[in-house]
Amino acid sequence: MTDYAVELRNVTKVFASGRGAKTDEVYAVKEMNLGIPTGQFFTLLGPSGCGKTTTLRLIAGFETPSSGEIYIQGKPVSRIPPNERPVNTVFQNYALFPHMNVARNVAFGLAIKRVPRDEQEHLVKEALELVQLADMGRRMPSQLSGGQQQRVALARALVNQPAVLLLDEPLGALDLKLRKAMQIELKHIQEQVGITFVYVTHDQEEALTMSDYIAVMNFGLVLQLGDPATLYKKPANKFVADFIGESNFIQGKVESITKGGIRLRVLDEVITAPVADSNMTMGQNAIFTIRPEKMMLKTRQPASTEALSGSVQDVVYIGTDTRYVVSLLSGESVVVRVQNGCSPDIEQFSRGDQVKVIWLPEDARILAG
Amino acid sequence: MSNHRFASPGSIYLLLVYLLLYTPIVLLFIFSFNNSTSLVFPLKGFTLQWYVMIFKNPELLKAVGNSLMIGFGSSLVATILGTMGAIAIVRFKLAGRSIFLAVSVLPLVIPYVIFGVSLLILFNEIGIKLSAFAAGLAHVIISIPYALLIISSRLVGFPDNLEEAAMDLGASYWGALLRVTIPICSPALLAAFLLCFTISFDEYAIASFLVGTDATLPVYLFSQLRFPTRLPMVVALAAILMSVTMTVMLFTEWLRRTGQSPARKG
Amino acid sequence: MENRRRFVSLIGPPSLYLFLLFLLPLGLMLVYSFRAGISGEAHDTFTLDNYRSFLTNSHFHRLLWRSALISLTIAIISSLLAYPLAYYLVFQAGRNRITLMTLLIIPTWTSYLLRIFAWKLILGSSGLLNSLLLLLGVIEKASPILIYSRSAVIVTLIYVWVPFVALPIFAALGRIDRNLLEAAADLGCKPWEAFLRVTLPLSLPGVAAGFFFAFIPTLGEFVTPLLVGGASGQMYGNLIQDQFMRALNWPMGSVMSLAMLVAVLTLVFILTRISSLSDLVEV
Repeated sequence: MTDYAVELRNVTKVFASGRGAKTDEVYAVKEMNLGIPTGQFFTLLGPSGCGKTTTLRLIAGFETPSSGEIYIQGKPVSRIPPNERPVNTVFQNYALFPHMNVARNVAFGLAIKRVPRDEQEHLVKEALELVQLADMGRRMPSQLSGGQQQRVALARALVNQPAVLLLDEPLGALDLKLRKAMQIELKHIQEQVGITFVYVTHDQEEALTMSDYIAVMNFGLVLQLGDPATLYKKPANKFVADFIGESNFIQGKVESITKGGIRLRVLDEVITAPVADSNMTMGQNAIFTIRPEKMMLKTRQPASTEALSGSVQDVVYIGTDTRYVVSLLSGESVVVRVQNGCSPDIEQFSRGDQVKVIWLPEDARILAG
Repeated sequence: MSNHRFASPGSIYLLLVYLLLYTPIVLLFIFSFNNSTSLVFPLKGFTLQWYVMIFKNPELLKAVGNSLMIGFGSSLVATILGTMGAIAIVRFKLAGRSIFLAVSVLPLVIPYVIFGVSLLILFNEIGIKLSAFAAGLAHVIISIPYALLIISSRLVGFPDNLEEAAMDLGASYWGALLRVTIPICSPALLAAFLLCFTISFDEYAIASFLVGTDATLPVYLFSQLRFPTRLPMVVALAAILMSVTMTVMLFTEWLRRTGQSPARKG
Repeated sequence: MENRRRFVSLIGPPSLYLFLLFLLPLGLMLVYSFRAGISGEAHDTFTLDNYRSFLTNSHFHRLLWRSALISLTIAIISSLLAYPLAYYLVFQAGRNRITLMTLLIIPTWTSYLLRIFAWKLILGSSGLLNSLLLLLGVIEKASPILIYSRSAVIVTLIYVWVPFVALPIFAALGRIDRNLLEAAADLGCKPWEAFLRVTLPLSLPGVAAGFFFAFIPTLGEFVTPLLVGGASGQMYGNLIQDQFMRALNWPMGSVMSLAMLVAVLTLVFILTRISSLSDLVEV
């Protein structure tokens, strides 16, 4: 039985926007049911406005649910104000107190709880060492770089040993290289301290790198919940397939449904794939989806292999890969990524070539149309 | 486009303006030490007698005392109320905000005579005696806009979720204000206080209506302007007041500038 | 909800104070304008006589009109004089501009009573200027140049207002993006053209702010006329003061104040249409 650090049961959050007579109701979070297992690096992933930050703020206590209940370590917390919850937040803009030095910033939560001075010093020292800012205690926040400020914010939160640490797109303001380094560092710290991290980001690559579990969100709903590999290989719907990584989508009609999969008619050709959504019916519109790197191009269709016919529209050489944009007979385009220099019998193509696009059936999925 | 030619028309104009602004001040200083009861050239010797006379004048000293008291009192109240208002309008975007801002800033443009007479009426109706205290109550109103604007200006320069961060770490909302917001504003608080003090200390128009027999310094000053023999003493007093005010204002401006957040210099 | 409660707790005390000592007195003044007197039976009688007197008294109207013209003159001239000051400080003073601006403002924060008193000393018949001129033999007899006249009031108030008016203009000019001027030059504007087409229009909200800040309070000015106005320099504010302090005709004084208040609020309204509050402060 999994024990959940945080649980949301039927949580809805509505905002009224607009003034006076014209009030619009915005459902930031819609009847969300979510369980965040203890000790995991859990990410809420989605585009701007999907409700991920609102969910985080609901857990922190800065927003109260319009309906539903939130549990932290099994206890309902909706009536508990943020300063009494066993939760700490790392804010996107760090929110370091500018009039205090690093050490006093980190010690803030301890000082509120009236932890004795020498214990404060000891804990602060530990926290700063954890984020590798051991001798920065006396510096003022304005003297630190963005990356350093972010680490102070992290230390300030962690030193209170919260049950759950909430991180609101903390790496957004950092440059690419620093961001990638911090992603790894954050992951290590989480593994080291063992605290449940709830991380919010819109960057799917970041989510895939760091998380144990990801909840993909849009329009206030969780569209799929799973570990990175599952989300990548077996997206449950078009949004997830599109949002995470790159995907090809090909429209077709369901021709037959068997235990092995579904046959999809795409114009004159028929393709088969395992199914993602088990509620398919005959004649229904469906979408065939596959990652670009899982497709290959051949001049002739090999025996007993399904293929789609098309002509090469564009060839882009990107160092490690070659990207082909192939225009299919149905008019849709697919992107095929071929690794360069992999093996001698990979054919090279140029614009205008007639090709057959092939793949391994288990690499594709059929989603509801 | 900064050609530092000293004879540029702009710099000459500026110099002329400075000359006009500071001449009376300088002259007052000079004549406060002049050994003569009439303020004419040539100068007739150095003396400190006028300064001494100030301290021997109980009426004058009482007026100074009144002005100090209501200056201090009204600035304190104005700064506190202005701070509360500033936090409310900068940190909260709720209904009522713009009306409050409009009303609290309105005193900046209302002619002081209106304050004088309307408060005269109020105090008559509810039975408050005309006194320096009454003038002090009025001074709060004219000072609140300055306090509010100075402190808002400071607050705006800082991220708006500092209180949230403090609460996340365990502080109550009011605890967050005390531990984080107020300390951050401290240079602005002091600047506002000093500015409000200066305003009250120099204020004549409203005071002339409300002080009754309880003169404040400007009221006393005004009454002395009719007595030529007392003029040099008044001049000496003027010199003291000006030095104090200028020092305070210089300090205040310095505070405001150095205290600004790094994101917005000047 | 919690948010709303905190907001109200913060805004409550200042609102209460402003209501009790700013808005309420104005309301009472309105009530008094309909009263026959300040005490006894007269205090409780309702009458429109004050309004009738006010509306038929041409002396009051003339003075109100005169004060408006005086204030307008002062505001216009102050703005004209302040603009080059602010312009110079922003565009040609370089790094020193803030110090120089501060130096400009400091004297204005010293008591204006004292400074006007000082000018009286300088310009009065037994004053500095006269004794200097006598000494130099330029004139033979002391004359009260510019003292106790309407012009004296105007000049004095301009003197007081120019630095104040320069402040918002300074702020507005300072906010102009230099890139805009470079773009103008790039597109072929000569310096004065760039000024007229780019700088001046962009600075107008600041000019408007400064103008109104000088104009509106000056309508009720009465201290300066008392000091240097003489007979011809009396303004509407003096009338009001007279009604309250000497004639003790508070109801009449209330009517007069209300008339001025209406004018003030109208002007404030116009000001808010021209420049928003955020132009004046960075709130």
